[in-house]
Amino acid sequence: MRHLAELPGWVQAVCGALLLLGAALALIGAVGVLRLPNFFQRVHATTLASTLGGWSVGVAAALYYSFSAQRVALHPLLVPALLTLTVPVSTFFLMRAAVFRHRLAGTPGVPGNLGAAAAEKDVPARTDEGQ
Amino acid sequence: MNPIFACALWLAPVLLLLAMACALVRLLRGPSAEDRILALDTLYVAAALLVLVLGVRANGGGAYFEVALLIALLGFASTSAMAKFVLRGEVVE
Repeated sequence: MRHLAELPGWVQAVCGALLLLGAALALIGAVGVLRLPNFFQRVHATTLASTLGGWSVGVAAALYYSFSAQRVALHPLLVPALLTLTVPVSTFFLMRAAVFRHRLAGTPGVPGNLGAAAAEKDVPARTDEGQ
Repeated sequence: MNPIFACALWLAPVLLLLAMACALVRLLRGPSAEDRILALDTLYVAAALLVLVLGVRANGGGAYFEVALLIALLGFASTSAMAKFVLRGEVVE
């Protein structure tokens, strides 16, 4: 195990730049969650942190662990891989719940049930029943 | 030590803490339930990244990577459960 300051110079530079990039993207996403005017715009902002932000921090950690232990250590990449797999799924659940609630509340700007509009034109509608 | 790396080791945790503070303000302000769930989602992603950065700062000691993995896993489970609750009114049907 080598100390932080003994790592090669380019590893330190790349690691530092990636850590800063990931942290800055997480901050931009969180500021978006705080500042954007409505929920359907806010839901876009979180993806910055969970995709590119997560991967850049994970790659920086993997690079650091590999050079510090002097063997290939890719286990930090598991965290961004897990985030990339799970965050879209949970965001999709949340999005469906939000659309359902906003339709019930009749919020302006949220499209209604697509099946109702299609039924007026005699087109077979894709319905949400049975799910 | 390389100046970029020295700067990043101090600045990255600060930026991530600011991100968590922004998410916390949204969590407290709401206004609707799904906004709070979204804020919690942002909060746990930033927390997992913060723990990874702290692991690099700690120079390989401690169990930081395992903690980050646990935060990511439990965050997914909690967000899915809360979205299900908002949609259906109960978690397990």
